[in-house]
Amino acid sequence: MREFEFESPDSLAGAIQLLESSKGKPLAGGTDLIDHLRTGRVVTDLVVDIKKIPELNVLEINDEGLRLGAAVSCRKICANAEIKQHYPALIDVCSIIGGIQIQSRASVGGNLCNSGAAADSTPALIALGGVCSVTGSSGTREIPVEEFCTGPSQNVLEPGELVTEIKFPLPVGKSSNHYQRFIPRYEMDIAVVGVGASLTLDDSGENITAARVGLGAVAAKPFLAEKVNEFLIGKSVTEATFSEAGEIAKGLISPIDDHRGTVEFRLQVTSVLVKRVLTEAAKRASEKAT
Amino acid sequence: MAKQRVVTTKVNGTEKSFLCEPRQTLLEVLRNNLDMTGTKEGCSNGNCGACTVLLNGDPVTSCLVLAVECDGAEVETIEGVATKDGLTPLQNAFLENAALQCGICTPGFIMSTKALLKQNPDPSEEEIRFFLAGNLCRCTGYDKIIDAVQDAAKRQCGTGCCND
Repeated sequence: MREFEFESPDSLAGAIQLLESSKGKPLAGGTDLIDHLRTGRVVTDLVVDIKKIPELNVLEINDEGLRLGAAVSCRKICANAEIKQHYPALIDVCSIIGGIQIQSRASVGGNLCNSGAAADSTPALIALGGVCSVTGSSGTREIPVEEFCTGPSQNVLEPGELVTEIKFPLPVGKSSNHYQRFIPRYEMDIAVVGVGASLTLDDSGENITAARVGLGAVAAKPFLAEKVNEFLIGKSVTEATFSEAGEIAKGLISPIDDHRGTVEFRLQVTSVLVKRVLTEAAKRASEKAT
Repeated sequence: MAKQRVVTTKVNGTEKSFLCEPRQTLLEVLRNNLDMTGTKEGCSNGNCGACTVLLNGDPVTSCLVLAVECDGAEVETIEGVATKDGLTPLQNAFLENAALQCGICTPGFIMSTKALLKQNPDPSEEEIRFFLAGNLCRCTGYDKIIDAVQDAAKRQCGTGCCND
């Protein structure tokens, strides 16, 4: 591995200063970065470990929602009972990113900042209405997750900026969420298609009042399927509704051919997966008390 | 050359200080600086799980951890599993169920299994397969490993569900 210096500041201001002055790379779980440093895909003179910064380790649920620090590991997320209750899609995601060794280290913030088109967490974060807090030397700005990635491995971060946390509104009433991906293996693979969805139902549990669907691995970046969301509002919870939503989703994607799947296959899988994910999200939502 | 750092880590219960460069992984330091070669290098990119150790109790691939990150941490490796009284029930279960052939993946499997049984003392076959998905074995075909983990769970429950 090429040489680099290493710092592990315990304050956000200290980290920002280091990142800005030296073009250092932030290190959270390192499951992407350390591999990229080894292969030379990433070259840097300074690695800044951000795991000692309190703001990046926050994990807090209150009436307003969830504050998830960017450096919180997937394993920690999976062990949180309140996240399981309110944001099960996060558990769905964090329990399938890599194997258990990767989940011990990898963070959702890191997954987002790596900005892979097939990142598992991003469609779920989009579905959950996540908003990133991005801090740099000139202050903090808030960016909805669906506006964060700009292309494969690209995002809106300026040099010296750091995602500190992602905030999610609290699902209220009959509202729940789900994430699923299609992979050719049982586990330890990269999504061919990934779908996250949040659904809110009326008190009867029969009609949809709000919906957010995030799609991944089927375009240059994960995105919010707004036409699917608009279609779902006011519809009843039926198989036909979710089938039609899947067909609409098919029309929104621009997948590529690769060794994991062809364009044709991804189109087909997207419609099936959207239907499945919505069905499960609705089931979870209907089981919730109003 | 980048400045060498002094890192102090508790390895298998004993405090150890070592000098290392920031670019050295925990795996490299364990094997080359501390002469603890029980932890194996496989793919070196986090896919195979051969280099699994417990870092503050959590299973991690030590090839994807910088040694400098471990200052103040607790690391447990395969060398710390057996006690002065001999092999643990977990290790005996692997031996007696023939859950290994070439043995390169075994230290990683033992460490992951140790973490699994601590978290879930009586896992189902599916839970075992899912938890151990990050450990690859090219010899056994996995079935014997699953048998060994189920056997280890039984043996440990026989001793009051104790993992140690």
